[in-house]
Amino acid sequence: MTFVLKMAWRDSRASRRRLALFSLSVVLGIAALVAIGSFTANLREAINDQARGLLGADLVVTSRQPIVPAVQEHLRDLGGEQAREVSFSSMMVFHPGEGSRTRLVQVRAIEGRFPFYGEFLTRPAEATARLATGGPVVILEETLLNQYGVKAGDTVRLGKVDFTVLGAVLKVPGESMAVTQLAPRAYIPLTQLPATGLAGPGSLVRHRIALKLPSGADPVAIELAMREKFRTERLNYDTVEERKRDLGRALDNVYAFLSLVGFVALFLGAIGVASAIHVYVRQKITTVAVLRCLGASARQSFAVYLVQGLGLGVFGAVLGAALGVAVQLLLPHLLAGFLPFDVKFSVEWPAVLRGMGAGLVICLLFTLLPLLTVRRVSPLVALRSAFAERVGGPDPWRITLGVLIVGAIVGFAVWQTRSLPLGLGFAGALGVGFGVLAGLAQFVAWAARRWFPRRLPYVVRQGVANLYRPNNRTVLLLLALGLGTFLILTLYLTRTTLLNQIQGTGGNGRSNLLFFDIQDDQIGPLNALLEREGVPARQQAPIVTMRIRGLQGRSVEDLLNDRATAIPGWTLRREYRSTFRSELTETESLVQGEFTGRVAEGAPVIPISIEEGLARDMRLKLGDEVEFDVQGVAISTRVGSVRKVDWQRMQPNFFIVFPEGVLEAAPKFFVVALRAATPADSARLQQAVVRDYPNVSAIDLALLLQTFDAIFSRVALVVQFMALFTVATGVIVLVGAVLTGRYQRIRETVLLRTLGATRRQLMQIQLVEYAILGVLAAVVGCLLAVAANALLAQFVLKTSTSVSGLTLAVTVAAVTAITLLTGLLSSRGVTDHPPLEVLRQET
Amino acid sequence: MTDDIMLKVERLTKMYASTAGTGALTVLREVSFSLPSGASLAIVGPSGSGKTTLLGLCAGLDTATSGDVMLAGEKLGELNEDARALVRNRHVGFVFQNFQLIPTLTALENVLVPVELRGEGGREGEARDLLARVGLGERCDHYPVQLSGGEQQRVALARAFMNRPKVLFCDEPTGNLDGDTAAAMTELVFGLNRERGTTLVLVTHDLELAKRCQRIIRLRSGAVVSDSAA
Repeated sequence: MTFVLKMAWRDSRASRRRLALFSLSVVLGIAALVAIGSFTANLREAINDQARGLLGADLVVTSRQPIVPAVQEHLRDLGGEQAREVSFSSMMVFHPGEGSRTRLVQVRAIEGRFPFYGEFLTRPAEATARLATGGPVVILEETLLNQYGVKAGDTVRLGKVDFTVLGAVLKVPGESMAVTQLAPRAYIPLTQLPATGLAGPGSLVRHRIALKLPSGADPVAIELAMREKFRTERLNYDTVEERKRDLGRALDNVYAFLSLVGFVALFLGAIGVASAIHVYVRQKITTVAVLRCLGASARQSFAVYLVQGLGLGVFGAVLGAALGVAVQLLLPHLLAGFLPFDVKFSVEWPAVLRGMGAGLVICLLFTLLPLLTVRRVSPLVALRSAFAERVGGPDPWRITLGVLIVGAIVGFAVWQTRSLPLGLGFAGALGVGFGVLAGLAQFVAWAARRWFPRRLPYVVRQGVANLYRPNNRTVLLLLALGLGTFLILTLYLTRTTLLNQIQGTGGNGRSNLLFFDIQDDQIGPLNALLEREGVPARQQAPIVTMRIRGLQGRSVEDLLNDRATAIPGWTLRREYRSTFRSELTETESLVQGEFTGRVAEGAPVIPISIEEGLARDMRLKLGDEVEFDVQGVAISTRVGSVRKVDWQRMQPNFFIVFPEGVLEAAPKFFVVALRAATPADSARLQQAVVRDYPNVSAIDLALLLQTFDAIFSRVALVVQFMALFTVATGVIVLVGAVLTGRYQRIRETVLLRTLGATRRQLMQIQLVEYAILGVLAAVVGCLLAVAANALLAQFVLKTSTSVSGLTLAVTVAAVTAITLLTGLLSSRGVTDHPPLEVLRQET
Repeated sequence: MTDDIMLKVERLTKMYASTAGTGALTVLREVSFSLPSGASLAIVGPSGSGKTTLLGLCAGLDTATSGDVMLAGEKLGELNEDARALVRNRHVGFVFQNFQLIPTLTALENVLVPVELRGEGGREGEARDLLARVGLGERCDHYPVQLSGGEQQRVALARAFMNRPKVLFCDEPTGNLDGDTAAAMTELVFGLNRERGTTLVLVTHDLELAKRCQRIIRLRSGAVVSDSAA
């Protein structure tokens, strides 16, 4: 053992810098794993530490309807403290009067001392205390203040009331900024709500009671008891435990996803290490043969290089862990806005060790693969270099190692995803991706040899020949660069596809602006206003709210109490916003039955049309009976038809459509879809409508796009940050590969110089080689990204996709430039060696 | 076999499968000889006659297709690769045409490798003495690349004698050296051989060098064409 250690140390003298460079290939992968692991542990700790602050209360009960007296009484009997909130979406008018602007906001009318745990942070801090005094005051989301140039003391209008702005909301326990992007929050006192005239019938209002329970009370037990007692009430419950569980689950998913992205970098780095060690071992074959002649056993010679490989792995793991901890400091900034709580930085040693361990195991397994060659080096090589490796049958160790590597990858993926199918899927996708890249690279090398025109200038032919000569690095470099290109471009293309999909919903002359919450008596004058503005309604739908009373003769209560029923509770409890009309719209198509457009007044059973997804969930088929409670009036219906609905279009779509002649007299409100030619037209219309009809709200497609883009950009930033590890690993592998083959290059260039090549020609040969590699890697990466994007678009996003040629051209140019730059910088000095110096070393 | 026979080769044949798949290529054919302890033998012959193959088989670097090699009382054909490595480490010294020093080790470290492989420490003094004996006492800490060809070959010779071998195998020991350096090297090889009573097996093209041995075996096309005293 002493000999092995001594020899490993002495033999590494001349190669330590090179070995350190090899280890850099895995540093970034390990850093990614360590950073994500340790940061996730920080997050888990934060969740546990700030558990109560995640909800701000012990128990929260919410409902879409006013909470019934029986429930209120039950909650009062529990003791403790209560806070109430009524929330809904509405249009806010900024700078009422000249130059006013409007925007959809989420109004939160609050009463009581919420939150009971954690802090309601505002700027200025005393804004919450002034809100509690109950006057016409409002605290707004900070983004609204910035966007509309509003400051404390200014006035904004909600419904019929002008509110004085108190300041900005900075943080509310348990809520992240990301969820409030579409409709930023506006907090007003609950006592001001009636005066606004908002939240009337038909408005989508959420009622919420938050409780601080007396000490010793068990929120989970209380929740369970209430669920049982008020089974038929449409109530939702939230406890700290539940919030923790949900957050934990979300965290697990994010952790698994980011770890897998990090793992790709580690895997790529490990392949880089294996390839570098392969070249390293080939250079050590004579040394091994001499050792064997001097009496070293196969095991001893193997152990010498295994120790070096292990040292390399440990060095990489330690460096990776240090870098990982540094990256961990960056992650909270990247994730700012997504985290509903504060995260304290601390190095989580178990997570660091896990990351290092995973990195070390993968690195070692990949290092062993080329090292196995050492065992088979014949001592005869010392006499005659023709015997590089003793030939024999298939090496059982190599087969075992191959199985171990596959096992380690699958094991890691399953460990991270905690799911066998997902883990296998990831490992399979990784295998396919690498297989395709490696296969293409080999094809390229073969094709270059087979078909490359012989008449081109010598420097071009020599550059191309470098792609297929012995010990070429074509496959490795195409893998490293191609994979990085593939990952980054796939993210970019998917983002573009998603944005186009949303843009497409308003494209081709389709509607791009929706007005909703229009009352029965407002629809006529509003339509007249739209006509006057020159933007008439394209679609208009009456909406009648209703609930299901029974199915097939069984009451909803009966069905909800029947634990054997497979019908999801939410389909029975929810409030349905249905419409009535005489025909299908362009976003609907009939799947089954016959659509009935009108029934005679007083028809005993009404044929309705139901959306196919809901029909499937509720196990409804043609002819089944459904009894509705339309605001106190029972209406018997049967399923007359099943429709398929394209929900992605910006126009009113419905689960249930009634025929005309039934609901006309029911209390109802309207939704109107139209197309504004420009964003300015859209803003002008919204202002005009909100001025005359304050209760009417609007959703603008541009706002949706903006919101989506803001959220996706943030997500993409995190993912791209992780993907950068892979790209950077690719560059390191490239540098490593160039430096590994440096001596061989020097010998070649010296030979060429001896034969009369100029320095310019030598540079040109290198330029041609790296340019071809860069272009090929970029093209292969682009092809894979386009294919992945097309698959995602077709099977996940269910949309069509088109890729801009400019994007691909820019990608190819950038990757080629990076390759050229890295290649040429790493080859610096190769052409500077005087021929004699090298020829002397040969003797 | 008598006790003073150090190397005994019986009907040794080596064949290689042809790369073209046109049958086997016989590089050694039924070679037999024996060498007493302390004797010296030169194997000569034209290129491709099988000299180096014979040397490799005698030293246990390869296995024969048929026939036996008995080295220092050990039947090499019955040993696996690691056991043969042990025999080499205990009983054999090598000098190669291309010196074959380990480039990452200093002269002293190169000389120490055979004993360190056995796990023996504290032999540094002996290694320095050996280097001094071959005229390199001042170059102990130099790396091979810092030494001339002749110096490298002398380090190789010191290394070969470090484990006090019973047999010294030399493959063209002066093949890469100029006339004067080769002559000095020859003196060293035979001098050390005499001093330490080592059995010497030498492969060479150089007939003058071969004549310094007690016995010469001539090979042609893998077969022994003559076996005579020098």
